[in-house]
Amino acid sequence: MVNYQERLDRTFAALVDPTRRAILARLEREGGVTISDLAEPFEIKLPAVMKHLDVLDDAGLIRRSKSGRTVTVELDPEPMKAAMDWLRRYERFWSASLDRLQAYAEAEEKKARKRRK
Amino acid sequence: MTSVTLVRRIKARPAIVFDALTTPEGIGHWWGPDPGPVLLAETDLRVGGQFKVRFRMLDDSEHESSGEYLEVVPPKRLAMTWRWVGDEDSGGESHLAFDLRAIPEGTELTLTHSRLHDDDSARGHEGGWSGALDKLVRHFEGVRA
Repeated sequence: MVNYQERLDRTFAALVDPTRRAILARLEREGGVTISDLAEPFEIKLPAVMKHLDVLDDAGLIRRSKSGRTVTVELDPEPMKAAMDWLRRYERFWSASLDRLQAYAEAEEKKARKRRK
Repeated sequence: MTSVTLVRRIKARPAIVFDALTTPEGIGHWWGPDPGPVLLAETDLRVGGQFKVRFRMLDDSEHESSGEYLEVVPPKRLAMTWRWVGDEDSGGESHLAFDLRAIPEGTELTLTHSRLHDDDSARGHEGGWSGALDKLVRHFEGVRA
């Protein structure tokens, strides 16, 4: 069992590359796509595309299925959701903290105004 | 890049908000995601100075973050490094900034917590993948909801 942090690391490492993000974006739009179709828009050779797919596969971001000679690639969104959840934890932390900061600062402002009167 | 940005409009002047962000007394009133107490707040408010905040949540878990002030421009901007102390799920050192802008009703505060992941800070900014990622995730949440 790969631990949570390691999985996150793999997801972020996979997503840091623009070609891989483009591949994921396309898979999100189109569902199952063959590898040669995937390679078409990029100015890189098929082996380079295969390497990117390996990285995405290791990160669990895609699934490959073979039918005869054709390999079809599909997106698996689960690791991405974990990555987003991780980011959202920070968002929740700050959002709740800022609620409290706001209440405190506004109370301080009222006090400062009263003092001046 | 892996970052979180939040904007708040606060009915208090920037100097009051800045104090709330930087004084141990101020921090003690708000830091942390629930009404659990701030146990420790230390701020050496100068560029290169350290801060440390420890808080307890209502579930009794305690958390501590610390870092170094990078920019101290009262009452406009505060930037610091950020690290969770003793958290295995910390993601390393990140970057936190508060920008305060005076507006008629008080202060517009923009919080930016960035470089939340090591890969991200090490490899720089290869384009806003966070936005792209957001879109993908929204799509799937929509599909699965």
